[in-house]
Amino acid sequence: MPLTLVLEQLLNGVQFGVMLFLMAAGLTLVFGIMNLVNLAHGSLYMMGAYLTVAAVQWSGNYLAGVALGLFATLLLGMLVEVVALRTLYERDHLDQVLATFGLILFFNELAAIFWGRAALDLPRPDWLQGHIELFAASRYPLYRAVVIGVGLAVAAALWYVVTRTRLGMLVRAGASNRSMIAALGVNIRLLYTFVFGIGAALAGLAGVMAGPIYAVQPGMGELILIQVFVVIVIGGIGSIRGAFAGALIVGVVDTLGRAFLKPLLGTVLSPTAAEAAGPALASMLIYLLMAVVLALRPEGLFPSRGGQ
Amino acid sequence: MDTGSGSLIDSPRDFLEENFMICRIILAAAITLAFAASPAMAQQKLKIGFITTLSGPGGIIGKHMRDSVEVALDQLNRKVGGLETEVIYGDDQFKPDVGLQVAEEMMKKNGVDIMSGIIWSNVMLAVQPAVNKAGLIMVGTNAGASPLAGTGCNELYFSTSWNNDQTPEAMGKFMQDAGVNDVYLMAPNYQAGKDMVAGFKRYYKGRIVDEVFTRVGQPDYQAELSQLRAKNPKNVFVFYPGGMGVAFMKQWSEGGFRGQFPLYSVFTVDETTIPALKHSVLGQYETKFWSPDLKVPASQKFVADFQKKNGYLPSFYGAQSYDGIMLIDSAVRAVKGNVKDSKGMVMAMRKANYNSIRGKFTFNVNHHPIQDFYLIKAVAGPAGKDPVMEIQKKVFENHKDSYYKDCKMKW
Amino acid sequence: MTRARIAFWTVLVTLLVLLPPAAAALQQPFYLDLVRKAMIFAIAAASLNLILGYGGLVSFGHAAYLGIGGYAVGVLAFYGTTSGWLQWGVAIGASALVALAIGAVSIRTSGIYFIMITLAFTQMLYYLGISIEEYGGDDGMRIKTRSDFSGLIDLGDPVAFYYLALVLMLACLFLVHRIANSRFGMVLRAAKSNEPRSRGIGYSPYAYRLVAFVIAGAMCGLAGAMFANHTAYITPEFMHWTRSGEIMFMVILGGIASTAGPLLGALVLLVVETLLAGWTEHWQAILGPLLVLSVLFFRRGLAGMIPGSRDG
Repeated sequence: MPLTLVLEQLLNGVQFGVMLFLMAAGLTLVFGIMNLVNLAHGSLYMMGAYLTVAAVQWSGNYLAGVALGLFATLLLGMLVEVVALRTLYERDHLDQVLATFGLILFFNELAAIFWGRAALDLPRPDWLQGHIELFAASRYPLYRAVVIGVGLAVAAALWYVVTRTRLGMLVRAGASNRSMIAALGVNIRLLYTFVFGIGAALAGLAGVMAGPIYAVQPGMGELILIQVFVVIVIGGIGSIRGAFAGALIVGVVDTLGRAFLKPLLGTVLSPTAAEAAGPALASMLIYLLMAVVLALRPEGLFPSRGGQ
Repeated sequence: MDTGSGSLIDSPRDFLEENFMICRIILAAAITLAFAASPAMAQQKLKIGFITTLSGPGGIIGKHMRDSVEVALDQLNRKVGGLETEVIYGDDQFKPDVGLQVAEEMMKKNGVDIMSGIIWSNVMLAVQPAVNKAGLIMVGTNAGASPLAGTGCNELYFSTSWNNDQTPEAMGKFMQDAGVNDVYLMAPNYQAGKDMVAGFKRYYKGRIVDEVFTRVGQPDYQAELSQLRAKNPKNVFVFYPGGMGVAFMKQWSEGGFRGQFPLYSVFTVDETTIPALKHSVLGQYETKFWSPDLKVPASQKFVADFQKKNGYLPSFYGAQSYDGIMLIDSAVRAVKGNVKDSKGMVMAMRKANYNSIRGKFTFNVNHHPIQDFYLIKAVAGPAGKDPVMEIQKKVFENHKDSYYKDCKMKW
Repeated sequence: MTRARIAFWTVLVTLLVLLPPAAAALQQPFYLDLVRKAMIFAIAAASLNLILGYGGLVSFGHAAYLGIGGYAVGVLAFYGTTSGWLQWGVAIGASALVALAIGAVSIRTSGIYFIMITLAFTQMLYYLGISIEEYGGDDGMRIKTRSDFSGLIDLGDPVAFYYLALVLMLACLFLVHRIANSRFGMVLRAAKSNEPRSRGIGYSPYAYRLVAFVIAGAMCGLAGAMFANHTAYITPEFMHWTRSGEIMFMVILGGIASTAGPLLGALVLLVVETLLAGWTEHWQAILGPLLVLSVLFFRRGLAGMIPGSRDG
């Protein structure tokens, strides 16, 4: 196995991890701060992609469309929070899971009603096409490199906001003690709505990044929703740091598994056995990883410090 | 009124509220049964059941099929075989048990005379036995599960599509004949994926660089594409239907693979996915028994009428469904409207005496068509429009599937 | 039981018993199949109710046992064993064993982690099912002959099967009721409502939960075996996490920690789904909000509307 291939796959894993992080960040933020399990997060990712497709078609310009699409997703997130999710904060996780599951069905069908069931096209502008030379004749798609860059920038920005700004402090304080913050005169409802909107925008950003390379169609959220949950469980719920670490771990393990598990198994098993076992094991790999992590550290790798 | 539970009952209102739930159950049951009882129907009306996937992923295929059935009905003036016809559509939600439930509902509640449709092999394998056991004819208009062409063939089951293996067999034959000797295979890791690869290998005897099976529903193929590039094959053959195909094709183009490696596929690029992929499919080869540009008069009429009515190009899913209705039409005509005469219907269907979109063909002993297969290529469409698939050459003439010898029927 | 509850159950059971002859008289045999499917799912929902409603264990992996039970029937039939006693026995036993294995690991965790890990296990089983080609992979397996109970009952006869399902369902509902109200059940429910306190009085919830988990798995395996006979077909899709979600909905809709809840939830959900799907292809846009509303406002579920239904 040549070194360049392994390095390239590592990079692929990081890129996949970064996409997962964008989704996981929003989800873990909402879970950690508002104690809300939101299965419909995948639907916000989907709506981000759809709204951006519509915005790009309407404005004719990629960047304008992306900005509009993200803004629209932010608004949509806040709307959903106000209309459907407010009453769920006090309820237990089961009710939250089921209510947001109902939202998934609704959003999928909404997308089908407005945009049809066929997959849509979100074209990349010319300046995002092409390749960059990374190491030893390895051409890496420019777009994916940009995705990594954007993801890392978002991670850095989130870390800064949460730890260094007043807003972040309010958010963390609200997580520890809601009523105290309200007593101090902070409008906690508005804060929560805003945080949810940010979470939605992050999911929407992931959708926007995914649009040109994945299929934009109803139900696209559910394809990666489970993996995102695995990420936040491994990383530890409520912590952005955990989401980042979990996302990278899951991204790299899943990618390396898909790439190298079959050849590796082929060295110890017969070719036919490796043929059968390799793909099956590769699909199960991240679940096994999660089971192992939970067995050793039942609260995830970096559980958030604000107790729930 | 003493209820023994200690609740306070001292008025008729409380009595009603107390027994509210019971009253509601009785009322609900009565309403449901009344609702369900349908008036007796005169036999002069023909009822065709059509099961497909209308919701969720795969719903786009169901739309193509339903729109095609409607075109067939329009052409026949809503009279299949001369009888006033009602087509009852059912949504299997891509689940075998729901498909079965829908079929049971159509047979027992709606009293359909004949059943048709079904996209997915697993749904078909659940539904067909029940339908045929009830004595109804089933015309499959897509699913090509191999048991139905072989040991599970049934007098009352007809297919207007193909057997799953035939389409990849055609690709394998083409590549074998073209002297290709180096192929990298990729497909999703489920039964259809394995069938496609098996069918391909039945006719392609050259070197296989690697066989890669990916997780069903996987959105990101970057890892597998890196592996492929490292292996540097001369040709690549893939099977990625639906959303998986859209994702794979986008990443194939965006990763710079298009133009670098010749790409051949089956059931990956077609009229249901081209609108999402646009020019990223140009230059790709597929094999199929039909393409919208096929120069068969019945097919050309179907395509023209379909485009006029629906504003988009029909896919093979639609062509097969249209064909199913036409097959049923020919049979009902032959028995002069006496649909209950199953033996007569079966004999008439076997003759395949109708204008099929694939041209004149005969049925094999297992009630699957013996038909031609073509190599098709994605080429630029009329100015400003999406690419279209264009027939390049015939690969198989009167091709039989590989399972008919296991079918015990003789006629 | 209060008189109201006796009345409720009498009416319910009577309606169910009278359904086959009524359906035959009205020439609507389809409803027989629909209600039978609902009753089979009621068994699955009842088993989930035991651990979720009473035990507070939100298992998203419960559909796995539907699959295990179903495949027990399918695989044994594949190899020529059609004895219902053996098939259903293996279905129950295998489900219990798998539940023991999964539960031993999962019950160490709690909250969202428990939900995720049970979901992960069911997904693993689902992918495993897809990859085993001998048993059809995701194409699934046809079950040509139904389970044979030494001629005592012919499952091919829809009415006989219906009554068997009715009897088994009532038995399971009763069993769950008895367990929930036994000493064992009390500890389980105490652990759900206040875990530290139940530890404080000397009970370790882990063992009790694990036992409940195994019982629930075994009961759901029975439902799986029956479901396989109902559809005469088995696919790994039985084990998908969205199926678990469906069963969960039946439990919630019907009313958690209630005896009749699972049955009411299963009936209503299946009937509503069937009616909606027959009405429009966009039925999910209606069902989704309905589910959301039912969770938000229907706190005690359908069973909560039964007078005097404080379960005890």
